[in-house]
Amino acid sequence: MKSIWTITKRELAGYFNSPVAYVFLVIFLLMTAAFTFLIGQFMDRNQATLQPFFMWHPWIYLFLVPAVGMRLWSEERRQGTMELLLTLPISLWHCIIGKFLASWLFLTLALVMTFPIWITVNYLGDPDNSVIIASYIGSFFLAGAYLSITSMTSAFTRNQVISFILSVVICLFLVLCGWPPVTDVVETLAPRSVVEFVVAFSVMPGIEQFNNGQIDSRAVIYFLSVIGFPLFATSIIIRGLRA
Amino acid sequence: MIKVENLSKSFGPKVAVNDVSFTLERGEILGFLGPNGAGKSTTMRMITGYTPPTAGVIRVGGNDVTEKPIEAKRLMGYLPESAPLYTDMTVEGFLGFCAEVRGINGADKAKAIDRAIEMCFLKSVRHQSVDTLSKGFRHRTGFAQAIIHDPDILVMDEPTDGLDPNQKHEVRSLIRRMGQSKAIIFSTHILEEVEAACTRAIIIDQGKIVANGTPDELKAKSELADSYVVSISGIEASAVRDKLGSVIQAAKVTIVNDKAPTVVARVFPKKAGTDGELGQAIFAAAAQHNWKINEIKKEEGRLDDVFRNITLSDTKTQ
Ligand SMILES: Nc1ncnc2c1ncn2[C@@H]1O[C@H](COP(=O)(O)OP(=O)(O)OP(=O)(O)O)[C@@H](O)[C@H]1O
Ligand SMILES: [Mg+2]
Repeated sequence: MKSIWTITKRELAGYFNSPVAYVFLVIFLLMTAAFTFLIGQFMDRNQATLQPFFMWHPWIYLFLVPAVGMRLWSEERRQGTMELLLTLPISLWHCIIGKFLASWLFLTLALVMTFPIWITVNYLGDPDNSVIIASYIGSFFLAGAYLSITSMTSAFTRNQVISFILSVVICLFLVLCGWPPVTDVVETLAPRSVVEFVVAFSVMPGIEQFNNGQIDSRAVIYFLSVIGFPLFATSIIIRGLRA
Repeated sequence: MIKVENLSKSFGPKVAVNDVSFTLERGEILGFLGPNGAGKSTTMRMITGYTPPTAGVIRVGGNDVTEKPIEAKRLMGYLPESAPLYTDMTVEGFLGFCAEVRGINGADKAKAIDRAIEMCFLKSVRHQSVDTLSKGFRHRTGFAQAIIHDPDILVMDEPTDGLDPNQKHEVRSLIRRMGQSKAIIFSTHILEEVEAACTRAIIIDQGKIVANGTPDELKAKSELADSYVVSISGIEASAVRDKLGSVIQAAKVTIVNDKAPTVVARVFPKKAGTDGELGQAIFAAAAQHNWKINEIKKEEGRLDDVFRNITLSDTKTQ
């Protein structure tokens, strides 16, 4: 357990040792603000809700999360430090989880830094704070899901850019296959059961539940498996690299 | 401390390491020699648990590396080829990380860092970021990482690569000093290093061990071993060849250099390992013919000769 934390600490320090982390935080905050106020028209709605804030997260994360996670393993591969890391007396799982946690914590920090908007909405009106908390939890899981996929794609290649593109594509699929404009089209072409099967892969139904204030156990299980499976795939890819 | 049995590794159809067996005990310093692509790094990666072997067993301090990797890795320090480091850390931060992963914390950690920094002469770059270090300092940082936990076993892939001559010398003496209480295996392309630091050397070629012995034993395999080089003034080369060639103990005489008035000849013995007999015979012949001898030297044999002879096969086939 201690070794997981050692890895996480090193990785987190890595983020903050470079200006990229601060640039990222600023971009994230600017983007969420822009989407919320300009496109989501938070002010004009005259409603005490953070709906226009959270509804954009699946789209904003689509680029920002792969940007945070793309270096996780590809950089280790490129620099050759993977050989150093994996000959230290720790298990591969500890390394994978430690690294994953570091970037998840970093994204969580970014999410926590959006708290002024929560204060604002409470100052201006009387929102349902339990819905907001559920939405934050949903957003937290969503970041974890995207990140886990990025961990997998970054183990796949030593090139960060390829890792970024691959994970954007996979995450985009997870969004689109449950996004109403797309599923409506699919529904006209395929039988209902096919549509339901495809939608089951999507992050969207789960996120909608969280954004409506429901913490559904099925949604939680969905996100935990979307986090768990790619991490498992990461370990298989890395084992394959060494052989 | 290390026991390697019938170790093999294939990458697809390519056999990188082919049925290698050897053991290494505490107090031994084993030099690993071989041409490029011989399989040195691959063997070390298997010993340190990075690459799983295709066949064979490796025991490190009694632990099977495949079955108990963590226990085995705890006993070892490893300097990978070209010393990879986390470039976004300072030297001190990096060493601290390696110590922590190995379970060294608090005051022990500070002590371990100080010790490693002192042993590897890193004081001047202690707070410098790794990515601004020169190659030699990077290598030394990698070395420091390998000894941070004062391991019983050290595995180093080309530890003196990229160091200046002074540092090469320092690292060699460091290896020699540590070798008294540890088991050390390191690979190198510098043959003097083997003579300077190793108690034993293994030469590996195309994945197979082709020689295993003390540096002296290996040198004795040289064709030049126990031959004499004689430098004589004021005589014809042909006369030297005739007269020395008729000495009973001599198998062959070659003229190394013939620049009047000095002739330098090499006399090969019929039987290697006969102490001084050929030398005495050469002196006797010189006295008999009244030669002016400038110099006479017995050759111990050269490692590079042996190395070239046993590993030439692959350059020939290419
Ligand atoms: N991951 C890999 N995939 C495929 N082939 C590999 C891999 N690693 C090593 N090899 C091959 O195995 C052989 C042995 O390589 P190795 O790196 O062990 O050589 P070496 O003795 O360390 O050489 P050098 O002196 O150049 O460092 C080489 O032919 C190399 O191409
Ligand atoms: Mg090598």
